[in-house]
Amino acid sequence: MLEIKNLHVKLEEEDKQILKGVNLKVEAGKVHAIMGPNGSGKSTLSYVLSGRDGYEVTEGTASLNGDELLELEAEERAALGVFLAFQYPVEIPGVGNMTFLRTAVNAQRKARGEEELSASDFLKTVRAKAKTLKIDADMLKRPVNVGFSGGEKKRNEILQMAMLEPKMCILDETDSGLDVDAMKLVSEGVNALRDEGRSFLVITHYQRLLDHIKPDVVHIMANGRIVKTGGPELALEVENNGYADILAEVE
Amino acid sequence: MALPEVKQKTTEARLASLTLPEGGCLDAARHAALSRVEVTGLPDRRDEYWKYTRPDLFTQATAPVAVVSDRSESAIFDEFDRIKLVFVDGVFDPDASDAAVLEGVDVTRLADLKSRDDHWSKEIYGVLEARGQSPVARPLAALNTAFATDGVLIHVTSTPTKPIHIVYKQSSESSDAILHHVVRIDSGAQATILEDGPAAARFNTVLEADIADGGQLHMVRTQGREHERHAVTHIFSRLGKESVFKSFTLTVNGSLTRNEAIIEFTGDDAVAHVAGASVGDGAFHHDDTVFVTHDAVNCESRQVYKKVLRNGATGVFQGKILVKAGAQKTDGYQISQSLLLDDDSQFLAKPELEIYADDVACSHGSTSGAIDEEGLFYLRSRGVPVEEATDLLTLAFLAEAVEEIEDEDIAATMVDRLHGWLARRG
Repeated sequence: MLEIKNLHVKLEEEDKQILKGVNLKVEAGKVHAIMGPNGSGKSTLSYVLSGRDGYEVTEGTASLNGDELLELEAEERAALGVFLAFQYPVEIPGVGNMTFLRTAVNAQRKARGEEELSASDFLKTVRAKAKTLKIDADMLKRPVNVGFSGGEKKRNEILQMAMLEPKMCILDETDSGLDVDAMKLVSEGVNALRDEGRSFLVITHYQRLLDHIKPDVVHIMANGRIVKTGGPELALEVENNGYADILAEVE
Repeated sequence: MALPEVKQKTTEARLASLTLPEGGCLDAARHAALSRVEVTGLPDRRDEYWKYTRPDLFTQATAPVAVVSDRSESAIFDEFDRIKLVFVDGVFDPDASDAAVLEGVDVTRLADLKSRDDHWSKEIYGVLEARGQSPVARPLAALNTAFATDGVLIHVTSTPTKPIHIVYKQSSESSDAILHHVVRIDSGAQATILEDGPAAARFNTVLEADIADGGQLHMVRTQGREHERHAVTHIFSRLGKESVFKSFTLTVNGSLTRNEAIIEFTGDDAVAHVAGASVGDGAFHHDDTVFVTHDAVNCESRQVYKKVLRNGATGVFQGKILVKAGAQKTDGYQISQSLLLDDDSQFLAKPELEIYADDVACSHGSTSGAIDEEGLFYLRSRGVPVEEATDLLTLAFLAEAVEEIEDEDIAATMVDRLHGWLARRG
C-alpha cells in the first residue's frame, strides 16, 4: 500500500531538516501506529504525505500502490486515496458542511473518471454515515467546523473519511482534545472502516487510543527517523516507561 | 467664498456642457440644486471625500468612451415575474418596457413632469438629496438633481405583487446619462425594486427613497459587467418609524464605480441594511461610500461590504455611522472586507463612528487579506482541485453580503453571476 523510502524533508522557509531518512512500509489492510516524543517529525510526515506546502523533500520517495506521491498536488493524492485526518481541523466560515462534503466526494469521483453522485444518493449516504457518528442534521448544515467542539471536529473528520472511502488513512493525533466517550465514538468510526483494502497510519502520543484502534505494527519515531518497530506491546512499553529507555537503547 | 481656480474651471466646463431642463413642477428644485453645485463646485482629487477615488472622469465635460458589450444584461432577473422599465442610454424606452400597471403602485416618468404643474414627487425630489449635502457635500448628486433628463417616480400605496425592475441598456459608446428616481413608500406599504445594466458610457444616478412609518423598501441591483463602464450612484433614504430599508448591490467589473448610500433615520425602531459585493480585475476601481445618520431611538443599521480584487484592482470603502444626541439604543454595525487574490491589488478603507448618545451599541471592522491557506489546503486534501477550492472560499467570503438579500431566489441569481465571474478567470 504505502511505501516510504529514505525520506528526507526540510522546511522550505528555514534550513531545518525535520525528516532524516524515514523508511516505512504499510501493507494493505494493516493498521500501523507511529508514536514518538514531541518534535520527532510525526506531524511533518503526515503533512508531507498529504501534500501540504512549506516542505521540501531533499531525498527519498513515497508511493501509494506504486504511484509516486511526492510529485503530485494535494488533490491528486486525495483522488488516489490518501486521507489525512487533521489534528486541528480547519474552520471554513461561509461553506456549509454538506456542500463541502458533496464537493469533495464529487471532485474525487470526477478525478477518477467516475460519475458524480446524485443529490439524493449523496444525502442518503451522508445521513446514514452521520447517524453512526452521532452527527446531527444541524452539524451537517453549519459551516465547516465553525463553532464545533473539539469532539465534533474529530467526528466530522471521520465522517469525511467515511464518505471519501480513502485507501490510506493518516490520523494525526486524532485523540488530542477528546474525552473518553468521544474517543470511543471516534475509534468506533475508524474501526468500522477497517477493511482489507484500506490501511491506517495512526499518529499518537499516547497508548490509550491504541486500546480502541488496535494496531498491527507500532513504530517509534525520534529525531526524524523511525528508530524502533514492534508489535502492540511496544506501545505498552512506552506507556509504562516513557520514551527515554527506548531512545537510550537505540543510541 | 470663491472656489479654487481649477475647481471653478472644471465646474464651469461641465455645467456648460449641460442644459437645464425647463418647465414643470420641479423647476424650483432644479434651480436650487444648480446653486448647490455652483457653491461647492464639482469634486476634484484634493477633496478629502475623494481622496481614494479620482472624480475626473465624472466631472469632465464629455463622457469617457466605454465600448458597448453584447452581453444581455437584463437576463439576470428574467425568471422573475416583474414590471420591466427600460432605459437606453438614459432615455426611457416605452416599447421595450412593460405597461406600468400594477395595483398599489403609481409610476410616472420624470421626463413627463415637464408639462405638469404639480406632482407628489415635488415633496421629495431634490429634498432628500439636499438633506444629504451636510455634513459632507455631494456635488455630483446635486448636479444630477439639476440636470436629470429622465427617471421614474414610484409611489407605492400598498404592497404590489411584483417587483419593479429598472433595466439600463447602453447602445452608444459615448453616452452620458443622468437619471433621477424618486420612490415614496406609504405607511405600511412594501415594495421591491430591482435594477441592472450598464446604462451608459458614463452614468450618474440618484435615487431618493422616502419610507413612511411601517413601510418597507427592498432594493437589489447589479451594475453591468462591462469593463469600461463609469458610474456614480447615490441612494438617499429617509426612514420613518418602524420602517425597513434594505439594499444590496452586486458589482462585477466596471473601470470606475462610486456608489454612495446616505441613510437617515427620522422615526424610531426602524431598520436599514446596506450591503454590497463587488468583484473586479485589473483596471477596476470600486468605491462604496456610506453615511448613516441615526436621529431616532432604537434603530438598527448594518453596512456589509465585501470586495474581491485581483490583477491590480482597487477597492475603496468609506463608511460612517453618525449617532446624534438623543438617538439612544442605536444598534450600528459596519463591516468592510476585501479578499486580495494577488499582491498587486489594493483595498483602501476608512471606517468612521461619530457618536453623541451614551446608550448605543456600535461596532465596525475592516480587514484585508489573501485566501486562507489553511482552508485551501484543507479543501485540497479532500480532493477539491485548487481552482474550485479557491472559488468556494471566494464565494464563502462574499456570502455575508449576499445573505443580506432576503429573497433566496434573487440571492441565488447573484451567486450565479459571481460563479460566472470566477469561471472567466484570466
